[in-house]
Amino acid sequence: MISVEVDNLSKTYGTVKAVERFSFTAGTQEIVAVAGPDGAGKTSLFRSLCGLIRFDDGRAAISGHDVQRELDRIKPLLGYMPQTFSLYHDLSVEENLRFYAGLFGLNKRTFDTKKESLYLFSGLGPFRNRPAGKLSGGMKQKLALSCALIHDPRILILDEPTTGVDPLSRRQFWDILKELRRAGATIIVSTPYMDEVAQADRAVFMYMGSKLAEGTPAHLAALYQGQVYQVDVEPTSAHLQTFQQIGGIDVRRFGSALHVQVAAGTDIVAVFAALANAGVARENIHPISPGLEDVFIQLMGK
Amino acid sequence: MPPAVVIENLTKRFGDFTAVDDISLTVPPGEIFGFLGANGAGKTTAIRMLCGLLLPTSGRGTVNGFDIFRESEKIKKSIGYMSQKFSLYGDLTGRENLAFYGAVYRLSARRLKDRIAEVISHLDLASFVDRPAGSLPVGWRQRLALGAAILHRPAMLFLDEPTGGVDPVFRRRFWEILYTMADEGTTLFVTTHYMDEAEFCRRISIMHRGRIIEVGNPGALVAKYGQPDLQETFISLISGRENDA
Repeated sequence: MISVEVDNLSKTYGTVKAVERFSFTAGTQEIVAVAGPDGAGKTSLFRSLCGLIRFDDGRAAISGHDVQRELDRIKPLLGYMPQTFSLYHDLSVEENLRFYAGLFGLNKRTFDTKKESLYLFSGLGPFRNRPAGKLSGGMKQKLALSCALIHDPRILILDEPTTGVDPLSRRQFWDILKELRRAGATIIVSTPYMDEVAQADRAVFMYMGSKLAEGTPAHLAALYQGQVYQVDVEPTSAHLQTFQQIGGIDVRRFGSALHVQVAAGTDIVAVFAALANAGVARENIHPISPGLEDVFIQLMGK
Repeated sequence: MPPAVVIENLTKRFGDFTAVDDISLTVPPGEIFGFLGANGAGKTTAIRMLCGLLLPTSGRGTVNGFDIFRESEKIKKSIGYMSQKFSLYGDLTGRENLAFYGAVYRLSARRLKDRIAEVISHLDLASFVDRPAGSLPVGWRQRLALGAAILHRPAMLFLDEPTGGVDPVFRRRFWEILYTMADEGTTLFVTTHYMDEAEFCRRISIMHRGRIIEVGNPGALVAKYGQPDLQETFISLISGRENDA
């Protein structure tokens, strides 16, 4: 069931086109990642979607309600976690939750039940009396998410929730998102990092306000045209220059190896022959799967 | 040339809390070294000791050949620091920002002029260096921040998530610049939570609860632990130890 629908949404600031004719949908029990670098327009898209800013053109609907005309109807359905979520650092974990409960008008009994279920999935229970300012980065993000969940929203819009958080805490955060999905939530999450795209059900690549591609992580990975090889050679600097003379390939350094991208339609035998002439043994050339970032770059160039 | 970093049994305690617990590490000059770990693992404390900003409780070590107990001023002059959050002045142009940082490093007027010209040409900053830094796209801002950090020709550069959030084409170009700097002998000490940055490093270490629990080439570590990628390797190493505790 579609619960979020964005249709040709455009948002400009003066002459800057932040979002340009952008369309996508998200369904119940689905995690959709909106992936793109800083400045791609992710935050403007999310703010438009939550009714926080007015957009110029197009349409956005939450559970069938138009976000520009029926803001009061969508508010109780939405949980929004902005990039810099305001936690009160001097207040404890529980006091922060109580503050947000107050904003949404929860009574004491509802809050007491709700907070225990939030502690259960966030693992923050043992830290309930700790000031928010003394939490680790990962725990702060879990608290911010808990605050955004206080009113039982069905649709979650999370703007780069894991930026600056270590890999293990990020994994735990995503485990929580998957838990929420199982419970029936729709989750739209933005990220500049491709490893998070791989965890989502579907992803939308966003660049300079526009959509580059959309699909499951597997579908997006398959969009890559050509082949990528890892070539183990030392020193990489000297070989880089030699490889750059070979036609039809792109070379870049990657730690102690080189990555060679061979464009679709290039004569692979000629490339291998050129590598052999450059003194590279066959066993040092390994085909590797192109990453989502390779796909993103290829689409950017189109 | 001495190693960029040699530390032996370095420890830092704050009261009862041991932030850095008996770490040893050698980094040769010109290496790109990734210093990884979970939030709160002790990375920041370790880096502050390496930068000469914090005295260790015990152990010994040198950075760029200078003793971390006795020659912190020399260490500070021999290193550069670049962060995502690195404060460029948004209202100043790129060139004015460079001049500002040159003055902070006390470069003479003549040398400053030469170095600004060199950095602009080397990092390809010419097309935007006369625009206010605040108006620049993230990728250009980061390249400018790198320029400010290397004006005084540091032997070693600390980079904190240098390419986080930058578009992937910019990121790859930025890394080409970093590789070239390393070829020319600058040691690069990178901290990041993102494995797609960590994989660009020649070697990495993983820190957990004040200790260095692994050091090696990223690919070799992935192979050693039989994991699909560096991300999984990191998570399995850290979470395995979390469960022990």
